[in-house]
Amino acid sequence: MNQQVNDKQDISIVCFSGEFDKLLAAYTIATGAAATNRKVTMFFTFWGLNALKKERGRKAIGKDFLSRVFNWLMGGRSNLPLSRLNFAGASPKLMSGMMRKNNVAQLDELMEAASALGIRFFACEMSMHILGISKDDLIDDVQSVVGVATFLNESEKAHIIFI
Amino acid sequence: MKHFLDITSETCPMTFVKVKLQLARMEPGEQLEVLLNEGEPLENVPRSCEEQGFQVLSVEPTDNNRYLVLIQK
Repeated sequence: MNQQVNDKQDISIVCFSGEFDKLLAAYTIATGAAATNRKVTMFFTFWGLNALKKERGRKAIGKDFLSRVFNWLMGGRSNLPLSRLNFAGASPKLMSGMMRKNNVAQLDELMEAASALGIRFFACEMSMHILGISKDDLIDDVQSVVGVATFLNESEKAHIIFI
Repeated sequence: MKHFLDITSETCPMTFVKVKLQLARMEPGEQLEVLLNEGEPLENVPRSCEEQGFQVLSVEPTDNNRYLVLIQK
């Protein structure tokens, strides 16, 4: 779907954090903003990149030994921890159950909606370089791998939110 | 052609998201009837549709604080 062009302020969200609850907040704002006719851009950097990995579980991706260990330890979308009360990964599963019970959208559902609403996804070139992640390791929704200058140029008229 | 969408069991932000995506799938001139709860969905779904240039034909209360909103694309 094409994004709306109107007098509403664009929204750009920097997804720095790789925690389940923070990404949920980022996608909730993003999809809510796009559904109410705002142009939305999401820029994923550092830990936020874990949500975009094709491989949902742990996989040793990377170009050298350290980056492979790092990526295995961080894992993908199925390994996102809670920012508080994580209890070694037990809490995100409990939280998902509570969300299902209350019919609140899960992260997967929000990510699908974000894609259908035409939200733009950018991945940070610098942090991908450090972590040894290539564009092929990320889901197809990622339009391009860019630097901070491109992100800021694309967000010139946007309100920038850092999560 | 008239479409129907019940968003009374949905929560924020999927209420707006489902209406937006449904309207995107429809042809100009087609109508969408949305069953929604009072509060946030009632205040914002009709407004958001009008912002996109769609016409809100009617907003009628039904039972249990729910409303039927008729939108023409």
